[in-house]
Amino acid sequence: MSWSEFPSMSRTDLRSLRKSIDESFRDFSQEYGESLERFFDSLLEFLIFSERLLLSTPWPLMITICAALAFLASRSWKIVIGVVLAFSLIGYLGMWQDTMRTLSIITVCTMVAIAIGIPMGIAMARSNKLQALISPVLDVMQTMPSFVYLIPVVMLLGIGKVPGLIAVIIYALPPIVRLTNLGIRQVDPDVIEAADAFGCSGWQKLLNIQMPLALPSIFAGVNQTIMMSLSMVVIASMIGVKGLGQPVLKAITNQYFSMGLLNGFAIVAIAIIFDRVSQQYGRRIQQHRQGNHNG
Amino acid sequence: MDEIKQAKIQIVNLSKVFGTAPKKMLQLVEQGMSKTELLKKHRHVLALDNINMELKEHSIEVIMGLSGSGKSTLIRHINRLIAPTVGEVLIDGENVCNMSAAQLRRFRQQKTAMVFQNFALLPHRTVIDNISFGLQVQGKSESLIKRSSYYWLERVGLAGYEKNFPAQLSGGMQQRVGLARALACDADILMMDEAFSALDPLIRSDMQNVLLELQRELKKTIVFITHDLDEALKIGDRIAILNQGQLIQQGSADNILLHPADDYVKRFVADVNRTGVLRARSIMDAQLQTSPDLSNTVVVQEDDTVREVLHSMLSADSYNALVTNQNGKAVGRIDSEMLAAAVNN
Repeated sequence: MSWSEFPSMSRTDLRSLRKSIDESFRDFSQEYGESLERFFDSLLEFLIFSERLLLSTPWPLMITICAALAFLASRSWKIVIGVVLAFSLIGYLGMWQDTMRTLSIITVCTMVAIAIGIPMGIAMARSNKLQALISPVLDVMQTMPSFVYLIPVVMLLGIGKVPGLIAVIIYALPPIVRLTNLGIRQVDPDVIEAADAFGCSGWQKLLNIQMPLALPSIFAGVNQTIMMSLSMVVIASMIGVKGLGQPVLKAITNQYFSMGLLNGFAIVAIAIIFDRVSQQYGRRIQQHRQGNHNG
Repeated sequence: MDEIKQAKIQIVNLSKVFGTAPKKMLQLVEQGMSKTELLKKHRHVLALDNINMELKEHSIEVIMGLSGSGKSTLIRHINRLIAPTVGEVLIDGENVCNMSAAQLRRFRQQKTAMVFQNFALLPHRTVIDNISFGLQVQGKSESLIKRSSYYWLERVGLAGYEKNFPAQLSGGMQQRVGLARALACDADILMMDEAFSALDPLIRSDMQNVLLELQRELKKTIVFITHDLDEALKIGDRIAILNQGQLIQQGSADNILLHPADDYVKRFVADVNRTGVLRARSIMDAQLQTSPDLSNTVVVQEDDTVREVLHSMLSADSYNALVTNQNGKAVGRIDSEMLAAAVNN
């Protein structure tokens, strides 16, 4: 027996193991695939609705809305000018429609991730057992190569918008969960004690103290979630999600250098806009922290 | 002067052990194991050891001790922020330890209010929203909350600062917010956990005066924790001294200065400037004989401090003082030898 070779399972055993796993999953997907698809129907409708909405909005109105949102969140003219310039350039270079599609899926992904992630983070912050349980799951979600979980998702739901959305959410959910949990756990225990001493119920504590004080951290989580879902756009395009990812994919397979570059820059531009706007907003809601210690 | 005051808070046979198996460890303590042995052998902390005490209504009851004496643990038993290992805490005769979660919340909202050493203000809320916190938790109406919050804002001397955030205020001002937040709750019991200890001496003295002035009017039951004897003597109607989780002595300032229960208390009070604390009443000779030289006698009040008596006698160049009560009736006499004994003791 040589030590350089690991004593592995025999090839036939390994093959039959894989075969039995594959077969049972195939049976499962044949059995439940359709009902799962039906379960996600409303999500699909929502996705289609938001895409149509963004695509049918006239471009001057769309730019105005984006600029207004950017101003409301950041109160910074520099950022507003950046938003207008970036969108105009994207439109002029013929990427308007793809950009709208990407914006639409990012928006829906972020909304779903917030709706799932924040309650999950809150639950995690309230129980150490739950934290011990969820943390490794989040680790898997973040580090498992996305192609690996694309396989079962496609087997179950086929290709299209919903499987793409699920793939993006699996990748983008962990930061919001983690940072919500962390934000709540980091609230000053003295303040929590004061809340208890004044007779707060669990809900009053959560709404009046824990959530507002965890907000900057939660906001960093939302920011990360947006960034990560943007970075999944190309991979999601492999299973049929339309948007800026598809031309990038086409560029890779056909070696269209400039096409890849332009669409890639469009993704970067959107990412930077989201990041700067949300960071400025996060800074604004933390104003109370900057005291001037005089008096 | 002594109206009969009822006990507001009764603490009965209260012990607290911190650790994973507190009940079992307490049995060891009852069998005679010492605090240090318990910590060394079993890694459990005996924080409070069979405390029995009464805290009276309408008075400032000071609980004092050095750090580690268990005073902060003791005050947290009053509103069950910490639950006892054994023993009872009775507020107006009702056992706090038997309350359900909902009853306890209502009790904390209505009966007690607390001021903290590190202020524990809500950093994301303005001063006025901090003051109204307790009332909001109670679910009071908007108009009442607003009226009451602005009233207390003014009473603690912070009018004009309502829109500031806590981080923009100095320590003394932050603690005024903490005090206003507690007073706005309109609770019978005000718990102050080293409330002024984090403030610098001048501000601390200011805050003590603010508290005393408010108390003359409010007549709440104030439980005041401190490690500072001067502070205890200045504001306490009665003082309880804790050491190593045990209650050593409880009594008036004069009582503790003149009759320290053990060496620990004696060492504690050794450096105090007695002349500003002791009252004429405590050092006078209540056997009223007519003093030999009536012409050279000054009249002092029984509530005057020794320093004030000394001052009166010196300025009149006299060796004798006649002590009278509030009604002007003579109740005792003090001569220079008694004064000297009181100062040097």
